[in-house]
Amino acid sequence: MAALADTWQALLDWYFALPTAILVPIAGLLKVLAVFGWIVINVLILIWLERKFSGRLQSRLGPMRVGRPHGWAQTLADTIKLLVKEDIIPRGVDRWLYVIAPAVVFTPALLVWAVVPFTKNWIVSDLNVALIYVAAAGSLAVLGIFMSGWGSNNKWSLLGAMRAAAQIISYEVPSVLSLMGVVMIAGSLSLQGIVAAQHRVWFIFLQPLGFIIYLISTMAELNRTPFDLTEAESELVAGFNTEYSGLRWAFFFLGEYANLLAASAIAATVFLGGWSGPFLPGIVWFVLKTYFFVILIMWIKWTMPRIRIDQMMEVGWKFLIPAALVNIAITGLVLLVV
Amino acid sequence: MLSWVNVAIFLIAGVVVVAVGLGMAWLLRPSYPDPKKLDPYECGEVPFGDAQVRFNIRYYIFALIFVVFDIESVFIYPWAVLFRQLGVFGFFEMLVFLVILVVGLVYAWKKKVLEWV
Repeated sequence: MAALADTWQALLDWYFALPTAILVPIAGLLKVLAVFGWIVINVLILIWLERKFSGRLQSRLGPMRVGRPHGWAQTLADTIKLLVKEDIIPRGVDRWLYVIAPAVVFTPALLVWAVVPFTKNWIVSDLNVALIYVAAAGSLAVLGIFMSGWGSNNKWSLLGAMRAAAQIISYEVPSVLSLMGVVMIAGSLSLQGIVAAQHRVWFIFLQPLGFIIYLISTMAELNRTPFDLTEAESELVAGFNTEYSGLRWAFFFLGEYANLLAASAIAATVFLGGWSGPFLPGIVWFVLKTYFFVILIMWIKWTMPRIRIDQMMEVGWKFLIPAALVNIAITGLVLLVV
Repeated sequence: MLSWVNVAIFLIAGVVVVAVGLGMAWLLRPSYPDPKKLDPYECGEVPFGDAQVRFNIRYYIFALIFVVFDIESVFIYPWAVLFRQLGVFGFFEMLVFLVILVVGLVYAWKKKVLEWV
């Protein structure tokens, strides 16, 4: 036992004696692996949870057969099925766009996790511009959606892609502006700084209007019902991913759920105080708050009907953007008076 | 600087994960080529025409206004971070800037260009 501890200590000593130029990439790689494991495990849980949850809301049972109890292995079985599906690249596609698109959708979902604080010390990199970074990384996915829609050479995909572009130009601005009130109060763009600024009261109580705008515009950016116009299975077959199958399609799916999880984590960090909380360790609070938003967004998804595209743009421009500007003005005024 | 190395590693990892996944699928999946399978999906009909056409986007005015507001939001970020230091002067400066933009938005609204034309 002592020998084992000695070996471990020697390994640690050797590791920390490495020059910085080697140490940093290795540490970064280990962090990527940890975060990627976290995402994959959670996405497997989320897909199962979404099917069970929607089943409950519709008085069904959801998956029950594959794995007992309650079909827990359903998603694993689906993954294996997608892995061994025949790959079809239809004729007439723009090959480069078609092939790259899943990576462009999936990678930003991973990128957002580089700045999310899991606990006080568990954070990959505490960037001082984290909120801008999150907004920038989050809006990259639409490029992939547009690439897939245009590259597929399919009319449904084209319509889905055009709608994705309409959605991002309507909801990118309110989602950015709604966080401005939080930034003004916290005086920081770093997510750890924002968590620290909430040690007395959560920003959801100081910024209720900002929170509502953020929630709506985030759901729009995630392309979830009532804003799932880019897929809209009852109108556009499957929208931008009509021509995709097998693992290529699976990466769109993985990206969608990784984005849902990332957006929930950001919302929990910015509005609910992130990992901070009494009694329980930080990671437990972080997971609880993140899953609160996940369930909330799922609940809304399975309750609301899809809105029409012109209504969608009107909500964005005629309600959310003016409301976000008013929120900034009110926040500024209150901060000056107090 | 060091924290951006991690971001770069995440970026590379994202691409590698997709490449490895697709590579694995390439090894495992079957292949039974058939020219009919390669048709674009049009609900079972024989596809006609090309989908990569000049498409009438009905929201180009929104897109133009979006550019203005997106740049505006980038301007607001540094102001919001330093809001407490800037004080009353900073607040009214930004208010003037916002009012000019809102006048533009209201003008577009009244001209009925914020419509699905």
